[in-house]
Amino acid sequence: MRNIFILVRKEFLQIFRNRQLLPFMTVLPVIQVILLTFAANYEIKNLRLGIWDLDQSTSAQQLIHKFTGAKFFQEKALISNQKKADELLMKDEVDLVLVIPKDFEKALHSSNNPAIQFQINALNNAKAGIVQNYASAITQDFLNEKRGNSTLLASPKIIPITNYWYNPTLNYKTIMLPGIVAEVMTLIIILICALNVVREREIGTIEQLNVTPLKKHEFILGKLIPFWVIGHFIFWAGMTLGKIFFNIPMVGSLGLLELFLAIFLFVPLGIGLFISTAVETQQQALFTSFFFIILFILMCGLFTPVETMPDWAQYINQLNPLKYFVEVNRLILLKGSGLKEIYPFIAKMIIYGIGINLLAIWRFKKTN
Amino acid sequence: MILFALPVALVIIFGYALNNDYKNIPIGVLNQSKDQTSEKLINRIIGSGYFVVEKSLEKPQDIPSAFKLGKIKLVLYFPAHFQKELYHSKKAQIQLIADASDINTAINTTSYLSGIINEFNAENAREINGGIQISTRMIFNQRLLSVYLFIPGVIALILLIISALLTSVTLAREKEMGTLELLSISPISPYMIIIGKVIPYLILSLLNSFVIILLGIFIFGLPMTGSISLLILACFVYTVASLSLGILISTRVETQQAAMFASLVTLMMPTMLLSGFIFPIESLPLPLQVISNIIPATHFIVLIKSIMIKGAGITVIWQPFIILIGMTSLFLFVSIQSLKRNN
Repeated sequence: MRNIFILVRKEFLQIFRNRQLLPFMTVLPVIQVILLTFAANYEIKNLRLGIWDLDQSTSAQQLIHKFTGAKFFQEKALISNQKKADELLMKDEVDLVLVIPKDFEKALHSSNNPAIQFQINALNNAKAGIVQNYASAITQDFLNEKRGNSTLLASPKIIPITNYWYNPTLNYKTIMLPGIVAEVMTLIIILICALNVVREREIGTIEQLNVTPLKKHEFILGKLIPFWVIGHFIFWAGMTLGKIFFNIPMVGSLGLLELFLAIFLFVPLGIGLFISTAVETQQQALFTSFFFIILFILMCGLFTPVETMPDWAQYINQLNPLKYFVEVNRLILLKGSGLKEIYPFIAKMIIYGIGINLLAIWRFKKTN
Repeated sequence: MILFALPVALVIIFGYALNNDYKNIPIGVLNQSKDQTSEKLINRIIGSGYFVVEKSLEKPQDIPSAFKLGKIKLVLYFPAHFQKELYHSKKAQIQLIADASDINTAINTTSYLSGIINEFNAENAREINGGIQISTRMIFNQRLLSVYLFIPGVIALILLIISALLTSVTLAREKEMGTLELLSISPISPYMIIIGKVIPYLILSLLNSFVIILLGIFIFGLPMTGSISLLILACFVYTVASLSLGILISTRVETQQAAMFASLVTLMMPTMLLSGFIFPIESLPLPLQVISNIIPATHFIVLIKSIMIKGAGITVIWQPFIILIGMTSLFLFVSIQSLKRNN
């Protein structure tokens, strides 16, 4: 126990002595989290509308009004030919071109069905789908009003009322902040843990430690504990600032979150340690860590949905610690889930943590 | 070798795994009306292929516990007397209750569902008194594939990080071992040192970018509508920009570890989140839009999308080219200044 304490003290001294590295593992990540959270916004508004009105009638005007009056659309350009429409779409200056063909009004008042066309810039497929839905709904509204004026026979209409639970204002920041904190923390923990041991090996100081009466598990715990503390610092500093800046909701128990965090941290630590036992140089450690970190971050379900991944990817993703963290953040912070719901996640993290660390220790023995 | 295997593996995994093509979203149905119209609408919703009914709920009180288990994403709630209401007062409400702790899924599912319901309404209306025929052209991406959105971002991110990491770490290593001093007392000018260091990595990174783009085309079906020489030029300009960013970092740090942290910590997350890869640039707040513009990947993503997907010519996209070249010159200028100062 005493040995571990001394080693921990030595590690902390080294960490604080390194003035150039210290900010990169403490202050900068926290600042980054806050800054990046401001970016968290997929909100689709101010869609730029191009209007190509071939009919120039009152009804066409009314339809256009209906579009420009809706809060999502703003009129950007009047278009008079397809070449112009293509050019604006190419330069990404409009999102939607509304084409009203000749005789639109005539068809509207006769028994013919009038036709209109949407030309949507679909580079971003999700956005294109939403644009299409907005535009169709507006057109339907327009028609209902028109018909409502001319005939008394309105058609029955189902009105969907949308309720967004746990996050009624659809504020992305509430869930992005804890997620980004977890990501940045994991990134840094894996990296420092992997680099630290390799560096000791590269400069030969690990040999010195090997000839001391220090036991293997004492050595490893002595290495892990300081980084475990740094992980806590990054997480809670990020969360505190998040509470101050974005007032992120914390419905559930923070003690439960801390319990999960305390166990969770051994997973990235173990992964870092394992990488350090599998490589020779700091550069190799770096590229291997990079590989895992970027996989974990992009596949954790914060930015793109986990459910839409193909089965094999979901299978691999079971090994992604961040996936669990993002899920637990949602459950505890937004939905207020308790130990009963979180229990399976904690159990998985305990198994994962023990497994990866044992693997690392086993490899470690072999390499020495 | 790992420098080729790594990007290739990442692009393949992300190419398949990152998508927002929702299908079979698990939803719950709470039908207190149990009538013909509601059954018809539910069948229509299942028939769309986007949703599967995972759970039938009996009463509104069951909704919270269903959400807390996290299995279903949305509850479709038909109140009692739904059909009666619909034919009596010509309108009836149904509730779409989404679990918005996962916002993306919540927005997409409610948007899909509203679309289906609108379509359902429109059909009923057409049976009675005709409607407007809407034809939709999805420009540039007819089948609404999400690879068009994600692959260019993945390419830009991986190229940047690998190139910047490589150069910054290599130069920092020389510094750490003292070999850079040896070079600097030789009669070679700082320009030559930098050029000599960078050229091997330039070739490596360029090859890398071609491999990745070929993967994008042949495995993930990215189109190649524009000019190939323009695409090669774009890769060249971007790679040089990333490498010079690496050089800049290396002149600012003392050790390899500092170089690694500086490159990974300061480049990875901002490039991911501010370049238009994950979040649309137009919805960023203004100060972040400014930052977004000084990230090289932002401009490269515009270039790739414009050249490969839209088939844009140089007249449309000269601007990102100029910006990238300007950035490169700035990075190199600052690096050379600080190299000189050190001597």
